[in-house]
Amino acid sequence: MSQPTKGFPLPSSLKVVPGTEAAQAAHPYYIQFNPGDDERFWFYNSMHFPEPMHHFDMVTAEAAYCALGSFNTRVHVLPTTKGIDHRIINGRVFIGGVAVTDPAEIEARAKEFQQRAFYYYEHWETLYDQWKEKMKALIADAQALPKPSLPDLEPLETTHTGKGVAANHALIDTYRKTLEGYFRMWHHHFEFLLLGYGAYLTFFDFCKKAFPEISDQAISRMVAGMEAEIFRPDEEVKRLARRAVELGVDDKFHDGMVIDDVLAALDQLGGAGKEWLKELETSRNPWFNVNVGDGFYHYHRSWNDDLSMPFAALPGYIEKVKAGQPIERPTGKLIEEREQLVADYRDLLDTDEDRATYDQLITLAHRVFPYVEGHKFYCEHWYTNLFFNKIREYGELLAENGFFAEPADVFHLTHYELESAIIDLMLTWSSGSQPIGPQHWPAKVAERKAAIKVWAEHTVPPALGVVPDVIDDPAIVMLWGITRESLDAWLSDGEGPSNELKGFAACQGVVEGTARVVKSVEEISRLQQGDILVCQVTNPTWAPIFQKISAAVSDIGGSMSHMAIVAREYELPAVVGTGSATQRIKDGQRIRVDGGRGIVTILEDEPVLENA
Amino acid sequence: MTMSETDAIGWFADLRIDDRPTVGGKGASLGELTHAGIDVPPGFVVTTHAFELFLQALEQASPVRALVEALDPADLDAVTALSRTLRARVEQEPLPQQVERAILDAHAQLAGGSGATVAVRSSATTEDAEDASFAGLQDTFLWVLDAQDTVHRVRECWGSLYSVESVTYRRKHGLPEEGVAMAVVVQTMVDARTAGVMFTRSPTTGDKSVITVEGAWGLGSAVVSGEVTPDRWVIGKITGEISTREISDKHIRQVPAPGGGIVDEALPADMRNAPCLSDEELQALRAVGRRVEKHYGRPQDIEWAIDKSGALLLLQSRPETVWSAKAQAPVTAPVADPLKHVMTIFGGRK
Repeated sequence: MSQPTKGFPLPSSLKVVPGTEAAQAAHPYYIQFNPGDDERFWFYNSMHFPEPMHHFDMVTAEAAYCALGSFNTRVHVLPTTKGIDHRIINGRVFIGGVAVTDPAEIEARAKEFQQRAFYYYEHWETLYDQWKEKMKALIADAQALPKPSLPDLEPLETTHTGKGVAANHALIDTYRKTLEGYFRMWHHHFEFLLLGYGAYLTFFDFCKKAFPEISDQAISRMVAGMEAEIFRPDEEVKRLARRAVELGVDDKFHDGMVIDDVLAALDQLGGAGKEWLKELETSRNPWFNVNVGDGFYHYHRSWNDDLSMPFAALPGYIEKVKAGQPIERPTGKLIEEREQLVADYRDLLDTDEDRATYDQLITLAHRVFPYVEGHKFYCEHWYTNLFFNKIREYGELLAENGFFAEPADVFHLTHYELESAIIDLMLTWSSGSQPIGPQHWPAKVAERKAAIKVWAEHTVPPALGVVPDVIDDPAIVMLWGITRESLDAWLSDGEGPSNELKGFAACQGVVEGTARVVKSVEEISRLQQGDILVCQVTNPTWAPIFQKISAAVSDIGGSMSHMAIVAREYELPAVVGTGSATQRIKDGQRIRVDGGRGIVTILEDEPVLENA
Repeated sequence: MTMSETDAIGWFADLRIDDRPTVGGKGASLGELTHAGIDVPPGFVVTTHAFELFLQALEQASPVRALVEALDPADLDAVTALSRTLRARVEQEPLPQQVERAILDAHAQLAGGSGATVAVRSSATTEDAEDASFAGLQDTFLWVLDAQDTVHRVRECWGSLYSVESVTYRRKHGLPEEGVAMAVVVQTMVDARTAGVMFTRSPTTGDKSVITVEGAWGLGSAVVSGEVTPDRWVIGKITGEISTREISDKHIRQVPAPGGGIVDEALPADMRNAPCLSDEELQALRAVGRRVEKHYGRPQDIEWAIDKSGALLLLQSRPETVWSAKAQAPVTAPVADPLKHVMTIFGGRK
């Protein structure tokens, strides 16, 4: 039971950091905390939004919650939960679920749910095939959108073809289509997601009852898919390493290389060099359309935009190929191991009834899981990347017209403000006068840049408001891993041994080593062979660096998080979801990671100096 | 069974689980394990037949069983007096020659000229006997030095059948004395570096997917008797993941005493709090635990030891009884439509 004396602060007690009031006020009214919000429970969504938000990037929260809520509340009609409301303060996104508590309403919704969700389960493969086609069409539409530009005069063609529409109209047309596509993509994203997680959790729940001491990771390993798209980018890097050796151009790749020089050298080499560059193009389209983050921030650039990540992995893979070591994912062996695991646990069940249920549930979990693992490549990576790059093009155009000092400043505007800036430009291009934006936006951008810096140094409570007796919202439990127990742990933070952090045991094994606290993708190059990676959150596109490290620790994530999945593939000890590893562990400290128990121990207080 | 019913001793290699009536549970299990190719310290069993021959000789001199059956279990003085008399007779009156010869010959064959020491342990013939634990810890004699001493310890094991506790138990339950017999295991002693017990299901939750290992430095007697708080690990039976590691302060270890038997020895500080098993050894234990469980087709309660050379040996394996005795209800009520199950997640708390 909870201790009544403990609780989280009320939203109304949270103050905007002095000096950032204007930046806070620039967010739309509907995501500002209001007095009624004190009645509800909110938690900081540090899993999806671990860094203070740029104003434009809030479009991700808006589009995602618009879609998530629609499917929960009104499409699949989840019996016990509706959607999720979100608020922002000091750059941090807080979210609150809307639970259904009236038994009559739950019953009525359960009837609806069974008609709707069960239809999805029954036709899962067909609907998922259809989903992929929808997503590919949506991606093609986004790729077909023109680059925004304004000619000095319309080309003669406009008059000779009787087009009847001038170039400034394309600016707003493309912008609205870009936004429309992004909102639509998030609907597709949530079309299957909760149902997929639900089927997985049903199997999970059964296993926990049948085997009270089974680890989360054992269950995850039984369910994990083997062919998911998200493993493919790393496989492509391995393929390129092998091709480099086969073509005899492997000597061009080494640690610390300048990528542009390497590409130029290969081009100059002709023959084998050009052949390898062709292979690179094959891999890039589409497999390098993966972000180095989770795709929720505009600065999570893709491998295609920045080749550092795949190229950082090439020398290591090349060395292994030359040493005759296998580097490709042993898919056949992994499938065999998974099947053996499923069979071995089945053998331990006591009754025929349980074996029948087990067979039903693992079959369902295996059917739905390709979506849970596969959708991210199309949604969070490929599409999101196209979206932010299109906005970046608007940034370039507006910067050329004096609105911004640099194109990336565009992300300091909300999506409404960006539309107003575009219309400003459209109007003045048409009138032949000067846009007002250049006098308006630079000061605002500077103000918001400063605010983000301040917010990054400011910590917010993990949760706000009244703690519910029980978290009975499957969406919150599934997507954020938040339970009554984890809230109690947050409330009692600091009561355990000060040198110990607890998280989810993601992959077994005990390793001691030097912690490398990596707070952003740009810092990845600091990792030395054998370091322990400590980060906020990672995703499969970080897989190439897993060959370098000896263990991994993250702030965020559950046993099915991508770090956990990839760690198990690499048999790398890992603890995920520690909450505060990047804050409590200092760069260079010696730490011990016990991936079987989910415990990270700080072995020394004083950081060991890096060998410069 | 390759052993004749009239043999006074039976070698482990010749015994199977079906031989329990003549060699007891412990002896039959060691035979079965040996046969299954599991490493067990070699040895033999002094059979119930040997005991019966001895008892016949005793009965000829003066009655034994009739006196026991005539006892009133409430009359503690009478029980105590008779127990003392009978145990003295079992330990002191001459053994039939064929029995003594058989034990001495087998001991010579086992210990050879090497002077190997043995453990002598009683091996009860009925489940009842094990459950009532009237063949308990006092009937294990460790580090027995020579053949004569071995014969003496075998007699002490037999004598335990007439302990106050055993006799009282049989009388209270009205069990006939006819057929009450005891087999005795004689086994090469393992000079254990580390020893302990292992359960192939969780003693706390009954979970069959984990193996619990408890161990301490030195001989396993320290763990079994509870004189040392053992280190404790929980290992995924199938995955091998080690989910619990409790390393305790092991203040002593039990080691062989120079004159036979065992003695407590204080441990240096660095050993007290060091884990007594490596991860590799834990995995080896898991592997052998799974093999034995598979062999018997049910969860096991196992005693094990690792000798000074690092070899892992099983000293005993018996079926787990506590959780196995519980009724097996399905975890979830079965339904024809698998989709109904997802309502456990989406349907809210019931």
